[in-house]
Amino acid sequence: MSKHHVTTTINGEPTEYLCEGQQTMLDVLRDELGLTGSKEGCSSGDCGACTIIVDGDIVCSCLMLGVEAEGRKITTIEGVAEGDKLHPVQQKFLEHAALQCGFCTPGFIVAAKALLDQNPNPTEEEARYWLAGNLCRCTGYDKILRAVMDAAEVMRAEARR
Amino acid sequence: MSYLDKEALKVVGTRPIRPDGIDKVIGRASFGADYTMPGMLWGKVKRSPHAHARILKIDVSKALRVPGVRAIVTAADFPNIANEEAFVGEGPMNFRDLSRNCMARDKALYDGHAVAAVAATSNAAAEEAAELIEVEYEVLPHVIDVEAAMAPGAPILHDDMLTQGVEPKPTKPSNVAKKITFTKGDIAKGFAEAEVVIERKYTTKPVHQAYIEPHACVVAVANDGQTTIWSSSQGQFMVRAYCAKLLGVDIANIRAMPAEIGGGFGGKTLVYLEPVAMALSKKSGRPVKLVMNREEVFRGTGPTSGGTIEVKLGAKRSGRIVAAELVLKYQAGAFAGSPVGPGCMCAFAMYDLDNVHITGYDVVSNRPKVAAYRAPGAPISSFGVESCLDELARELGIDPLALREMNAARDGTKTPYGPTLTNVGYLQTVEAARNHPNAKIPLGPNQGRGIASGFWFNIGGESSAAVHVNEDGTVAVVEGNPDIGGSRASMAMMAAEVLGIPYEKVRPVVGDTASIGFTFLTGGSRVTFATGMAVTQAAEKVVEQLKSRAAAIWDISPEAVEWRDGKAFPAGANAGSFEPLSLADIAIKSGRTGGPITAEVSINAQGAGPGFATHICDVEVDRETGHVKILRYTAVQDVGRAIHPSYVEGQIQGGVTQGVGWALNEEYIYDKDGRLENAGFLDYRIPVASDMPMIDAVMVEVPNPRHPFGARGVGEVPIVPPMAAVANAIADAVGARMRDLPMSPPKLRAELDELDPPRMAAE
Repeated sequence: MSKHHVTTTINGEPTEYLCEGQQTMLDVLRDELGLTGSKEGCSSGDCGACTIIVDGDIVCSCLMLGVEAEGRKITTIEGVAEGDKLHPVQQKFLEHAALQCGFCTPGFIVAAKALLDQNPNPTEEEARYWLAGNLCRCTGYDKILRAVMDAAEVMRAEARR
Repeated sequence: MSYLDKEALKVVGTRPIRPDGIDKVIGRASFGADYTMPGMLWGKVKRSPHAHARILKIDVSKALRVPGVRAIVTAADFPNIANEEAFVGEGPMNFRDLSRNCMARDKALYDGHAVAAVAATSNAAAEEAAELIEVEYEVLPHVIDVEAAMAPGAPILHDDMLTQGVEPKPTKPSNVAKKITFTKGDIAKGFAEAEVVIERKYTTKPVHQAYIEPHACVVAVANDGQTTIWSSSQGQFMVRAYCAKLLGVDIANIRAMPAEIGGGFGGKTLVYLEPVAMALSKKSGRPVKLVMNREEVFRGTGPTSGGTIEVKLGAKRSGRIVAAELVLKYQAGAFAGSPVGPGCMCAFAMYDLDNVHITGYDVVSNRPKVAAYRAPGAPISSFGVESCLDELARELGIDPLALREMNAARDGTKTPYGPTLTNVGYLQTVEAARNHPNAKIPLGPNQGRGIASGFWFNIGGESSAAVHVNEDGTVAVVEGNPDIGGSRASMAMMAAEVLGIPYEKVRPVVGDTASIGFTFLTGGSRVTFATGMAVTQAAEKVVEQLKSRAAAIWDISPEAVEWRDGKAFPAGANAGSFEPLSLADIAIKSGRTGGPITAEVSINAQGAGPGFATHICDVEVDRETGHVKILRYTAVQDVGRAIHPSYVEGQIQGGVTQGVGWALNEEYIYDKDGRLENAGFLDYRIPVASDMPMIDAVMVEVPNPRHPFGARGVGEVPIVPPMAAVANAIADAVGARMRDLPMSPPKLRAELDELDPPRMAAE
């Protein structure tokens, strides 16, 4: 069985790869491209640890095929910071101790970034429902919500400057 | 030395960013499945589809013909280990059982039990080959539930299981592995004195730790047998010891490298994949990677027990409890070893009771072998006891906090399981709960408030730590415990405090099994206590060396040097007049004053100091759907001394949320053939962000004098009270007493209908 040739953009970089028809985007990221920041927690779209942004929308990369990336723009956790400057969501996750084991963290950060890109001023309830597709077993979500709400405030202040 | 004076502390008690934080927010941290090796093969485990079956034959011929397949192993590739029980940390460990749990021998004992494994050059080839392994089974009658497994005529899992702890010694096998009893005082006399007796039965379902990271490892066995294991576990030394035992090799032949761990909660205190990958690597001559998918995690790894809890309390009308009796029956899964022991120990430990009788049964059935889960056993027994106390409080018309206060354990209380308690912070948690604003917020219709307390004994144990002073005055701390929730930060903080240098100058590292002395696994809420003690002592030894190096530079006696704020000073006018020397000043000259400055300490830490908690939960019940919404949650806990308060709060908030899931949603559902029906996060529903409110974690600090900074374990006790707190809140809200977990909408609806039968539409 021959592999498919895919041309796409990942974290701003033009990227080409070969993948099997049945390989998920998550498999491609982790096993073909060495981008292991996206995690596999369930492979059924229930845990959100593999969350990526595809053309502005969040997607569980375990539910997307590698071939579907053709011509798309993809952001993974590796592309959230700008160089050595952390995204406000990343910085606030650190300051609020919003991670314990850190395994769900990439998915949460990608999902939270997408939320704040679309809605700079969410209510706590909106943020809780937006993040309801990301499972965290360690934190009880308290500090994650505080980090996201705090990051939203920082980003609004930055936008005003 | 002791650092119990909180005011004098500069680093401990602050909230710095964790040292491994950046790696974890940018996706760079390497967890178990993130490792690869050149020439690595992919493995896949073949699992039993039957709950109980004799393995007649395994035919691998078709599987071996799949292109890319390099090795297949079955139980025949592992030593047949004799029945031998060891006590490891929090519970018993029988290596024969562990071996047979990793790879079934003769019989498959549960749906999902590993029966063979294959390694191939691609994941797809491994999966295809695993499908083609042909196992011939003789399906046997099975038993899932604990009371059915104890009944006469139940299918017997192990022909050699003779119940321990009963007289006369049984001659026929049963599914009851062990009976244990704890007695204090005279229970019959106690009940005779009681003015009110309340007797209830409660049940809980098995729940999974549900760490988001599935088990994963890479194992490379070289031709000479030297083995390297990269894996995500709660203890690299545990992985090394168990693999050596199960494969029959010397410990010296194995080096275990700790990957970052994506949650464990006790569930990664065992091995499942590592010995199998090791056997595959040995057979194929190539490194082998094994990763579970989520379904395998649910079917093939241990949840905690489900159980029945029968509670009988006798009290005076004043509320003073004069007799307390408890019978616990815990599912162990396919092999003996449920946490019924700690369940018995913790059930009444918050209370000062004269007459207690506790009986526990450890019962096998055709389910995955249970694994530790956060305060193993205690949440189950406490759900019963704390619910029953609430029923007693209602019966007597006494405030639930007042009832607990009246019966509270204090310094000098002898627990039913033996030890006498000292430095007990229980009453302080009750008091803080009473004074918390949450206790006074008015409740609306269908809203209720529940109170429950919890206890966990905490453990210490063997820990090693090394402190190395670098040439530029920065410091490396090497410790042996995987960092499961921010413990690197606590280790660095304690070292920085002792050395008197900024936290940022200390870099903590989790060492592999060849890089640091033996350290017992991350569990039992022991790391900050025991390994923190080792780090503190190692840092103190370094301070002694720094003082003697300064003395050498000044040419005075080491006793004439004192260390404060990260600098050596002459101890007084008699010592001479010298400019202070900083740690960096001394470090750069260390080559000329005796060589590198470094210290390693290995200890067996004792005196962990028990943890107590009292929780307040406010709920609102939707009478139409039976759905329970958590409105507010306040968790008060005696934490001894919070080293990094944010991570202590995080432990409390996480434990509470797991408890809420246990209370309301989570359970294992089996079909009539004993197959697990909900092996995925869609159908095994853990709490999500929209299910929870903010959780107010209130830290009471009654320092533990056995720890240099006063720390107690904090990770486990927060999961003990929530199930009863939620149940008590539901009873308060709508009068429905839920005695069977989970308190899911259909069950609560049925209970509400019973209390207030719906009128038929036709009427």
